[in-house]
Amino acid sequence: MEWTRRKFLKTTAAAAAFAAAGADLIKGGAGNAEAVENGIKWGKAPCRFCGVGCGVLVGVKNNRIVATKGDPAAPVNKGLNCIKGYFLSKVLYGKDRLTKPLIRKGDKFVEASWDEAMELITSKFKESVEKHGPDSVAIYGSGQWTVFEGYAASKLFKGGIGTNNIEPNARLCMASAVAAFMNTFGSDEPMGCYDDLDLGDTYFLWGANMAEAHPVLFSRLIDNKLKNTRVKIIDLGTRFTRTSQMADMYVSFKPQTDLAILNGIAHVIVKEKLYDEDFIKKHVVFKKGKENIGYGLEEKYKFDDEPKGITFEEYREFLKLYTPEYVSKLSGVPVKTIHEMAHLYADKKRKVNSLWTMGFNHHSRGTWANNLVYNLHLLTGKIGRPGENPLSLTGQPSACGTAREVGTFGHRLPADMVVMNPEHREKTAKIWGVPASKIPAKPGPHAVEMFRGLDRGEIKVMWIQVTNPFVSLPNLTRYRKAARKEGRFIVVSDIYPTRSTELADVILPSASWVEKEGVFGNTERRTQHWFKLVEPPGEARNDLWQTMELARRLGHGNLFPYKSVEKEMWEEYRQFTIGQGKDLAPYEAYHKARGLRWPVVNGQETLWRYAEGHDPYVKKGEGLKFYKNKANDFKAVIWARPYEPPAESPDREYPFWLSTGRVLEHWHTGTMTGRVPELKRAYPAAVVEMNADDAKRLGIKNRDKVKMSSRRGTIVLPAEINGRGKPGKGNVFVAFFDETKLINELCIDAYDPISKEPEFKKCAVKIEKA
Amino acid sequence: MNEKMGKISRRQFLQGSLATPLALALAGGMVTMPFLRRADAQGFYLRPPGALDEKRFLGACVKCGKCAQACPYNSVRMAGPEAGVAIGTPHIIARESPCYLCPDLPCAKACPSGALDAKLDDVEKVRMGTAVIVDRENCLSIRGLRCEVCYRQCPLIDKAITIDPRHNPRTGVHTIMEPVVHRDKCVGCGICEKSCVREKPVIVVMRTPPKQEDYYEF
Repeated sequence: MEWTRRKFLKTTAAAAAFAAAGADLIKGGAGNAEAVENGIKWGKAPCRFCGVGCGVLVGVKNNRIVATKGDPAAPVNKGLNCIKGYFLSKVLYGKDRLTKPLIRKGDKFVEASWDEAMELITSKFKESVEKHGPDSVAIYGSGQWTVFEGYAASKLFKGGIGTNNIEPNARLCMASAVAAFMNTFGSDEPMGCYDDLDLGDTYFLWGANMAEAHPVLFSRLIDNKLKNTRVKIIDLGTRFTRTSQMADMYVSFKPQTDLAILNGIAHVIVKEKLYDEDFIKKHVVFKKGKENIGYGLEEKYKFDDEPKGITFEEYREFLKLYTPEYVSKLSGVPVKTIHEMAHLYADKKRKVNSLWTMGFNHHSRGTWANNLVYNLHLLTGKIGRPGENPLSLTGQPSACGTAREVGTFGHRLPADMVVMNPEHREKTAKIWGVPASKIPAKPGPHAVEMFRGLDRGEIKVMWIQVTNPFVSLPNLTRYRKAARKEGRFIVVSDIYPTRSTELADVILPSASWVEKEGVFGNTERRTQHWFKLVEPPGEARNDLWQTMELARRLGHGNLFPYKSVEKEMWEEYRQFTIGQGKDLAPYEAYHKARGLRWPVVNGQETLWRYAEGHDPYVKKGEGLKFYKNKANDFKAVIWARPYEPPAESPDREYPFWLSTGRVLEHWHTGTMTGRVPELKRAYPAAVVEMNADDAKRLGIKNRDKVKMSSRRGTIVLPAEINGRGKPGKGNVFVAFFDETKLINELCIDAYDPISKEPEFKKCAVKIEKA
Repeated sequence: MNEKMGKISRRQFLQGSLATPLALALAGGMVTMPFLRRADAQGFYLRPPGALDEKRFLGACVKCGKCAQACPYNSVRMAGPEAGVAIGTPHIIARESPCYLCPDLPCAKACPSGALDAKLDDVEKVRMGTAVIVDRENCLSIRGLRCEVCYRQCPLIDKAITIDPRHNPRTGVHTIMEPVVHRDKCVGCGICEKSCVREKPVIVVMRTPPKQEDYYEF
């Protein structure tokens, strides 16, 4: 049967409304992408969930979201959604939505007015800063902060209170990608974009279950394969997933040995002279850093890499160890496969892309893993051209737009700047209208260290916004206990009661998504704006207002002198980006557009950074220029990074590797998707995925209850054997969305010493029949 | 244990279950809610794993309720008076609580009468019915959305349900990932029916249609 668009639209009433309101609205260009049909007013917004950044149309009637649908005008998804996006209209309407501020009285929470709650919070901040200094207070936010919320928090804490104690949960998901972008290219975020999914013919997926974690993008990648028989998808992982199922080649390896495999591929490329010599001469320098760098398990662990320039010859020497035979022994990948992959990467007739997510980033050598995959693209010159790029996929809707671009980390400032650099502090202070001395030069603690500081007592007052750390941190028990220690004061802003609000002293009811105006930035540098479409329920209020209200009460109200808050704040923030190769457009430009990929210069977005003819910063005749890497003569860096084992490996007592991650039906800690009955029914509770041979050996059958323990915690879960995910022998996997099963109690809080991102993908556990 | 019933081979079992017993025409009239249903419009009851074909099952079942007691998920329940002649017989309402295919099949083992095959030892050989996408136009996956919940929750993923990917001409750059049920592998457990995210499930377990022999191999 042929599915014409007309026929398709006829199928449901909702779709009919979409034909009328959705499609025509875009072509007709109704003001600010809003239109009214059948009493339903439609506005546009990016999806609230992952980093793909699908566009949706939101239907509102009587101050309530009554429908959502994929936005046909959005280039990211062209009208499609995944199942989470389909249920967006229900995400905000769980029965237990927080509508009033709550203050802890003993073991209970009692309702309070905003004035009472804010007064209490203000007094705690004031008292702590006076008695213990500004570094005794902290704010922990997220890659789900809107640009405004992140910007206001950063400005208040760094420019007002005078502490760099600000971190996003993005530290737990993207920090290694950031560190490698910075030390390889001198600027954060990818050179390529989603168009590479249509234009390439060879795709290496490294530790990325795109089928479930980036559903609509995966659908796009597979379409390329359907159209073009030449397209090859190679999935590398420790667990056979729905992504592996649709790939052309699945390469299973032992956890952590991705480092060796990447060097093994480079070994073959260099040894067989498959590299692009001309490209290397023009665009590449070689470096090595410190080795045996530890795992951050010690309190107050400090690490600084010491980069040293090396020659191509020295790099060649370094690679000598990683013969396919050696790598094969370490990783379990056949020698032949390593050769094959090297030849695919180097094949001059192939347009090669690498895509990765948390397999690389949740890694105690995550920055190295990112560096090593860039090495392959830099050796072969397959970078910065349409259809051949490395692309680091993100997991949160504004991990890029807010956490990374606004710079809501302990060490960062907007537009790739850092607090350690006096010129950067100077520039920031000038735009913020504060004395440069206000911004401390010492970076704030990274996320794990911030919560360790809370435990040790250095941090006494912490405000948590738009995230659920007391489910998502590793080695969770320690940090959950820390929150309730004497002398700590925890404020949590959220839209529902969570496992984090239960540990708070004050709970603030927040507005979410289209209950406020906002901007998110997705994986491909696309900045997307939405207007407020409905009022938040009860007394719930925007996190932006909450932060500015604290500022006002602390006497920092002058930091936010805006009449039209979002517009003026945007134009202020935008100053950081202009002329930096990270240029954002004037606010109004985003009102109708379905997002624009920065740098936006003269109204034109940029699809491929560093590439002549695409990036306005690259002059005619320059071809390709890594113009942000001034320190390295505008060249990118190939890093000699060795294989090193993880912090904890299986042993006799704890013989299994535990990995954690996502499923398509739920998102993050499940506070939103868990309120959608349909999604809850589709995937009700966490299970532990086991390898069939392991299960058989232990006498465990499908759905049997098993007890799983690490050195840090124990959990009982039903086993799932031969389900959607099939871990390799000796591996188990648990999704982390289930708030009744805190799997992160088992995870180790080791982290990558360079990026400070924790190792959620590897720790040792034992398994018994429960 | 009933020796005779225990000896039914898979082939006999399958052939048997495909017949349409006259008794069900009666039961068919008793249908209640169409989607949260006990029997479907053709009078099909989803019986516990290992059930004989419906006519013989009705003759053999002593309505003792031991299978229902043995079910750890309370999925097996006893039919009320609305079931007519089938009153007191065990059945499963998949949308409420499907058969989760316990590897040791405790319900079948508990059956004293042979109405359920106590010797059945492989869940993949269970044949309770066959899942069918009954409403393609309301199936989100067929409409191009990334749903496929039925597929990922199928206990026989990649066997009973597979994904048939095809180009989505509406967007020009995406894939329609259509779940396809394979009747020779589907055991009819109803987990797909339970997990379907639509208000009315678009995939439901139905009586396995009779096998039609031919020699056309392609």
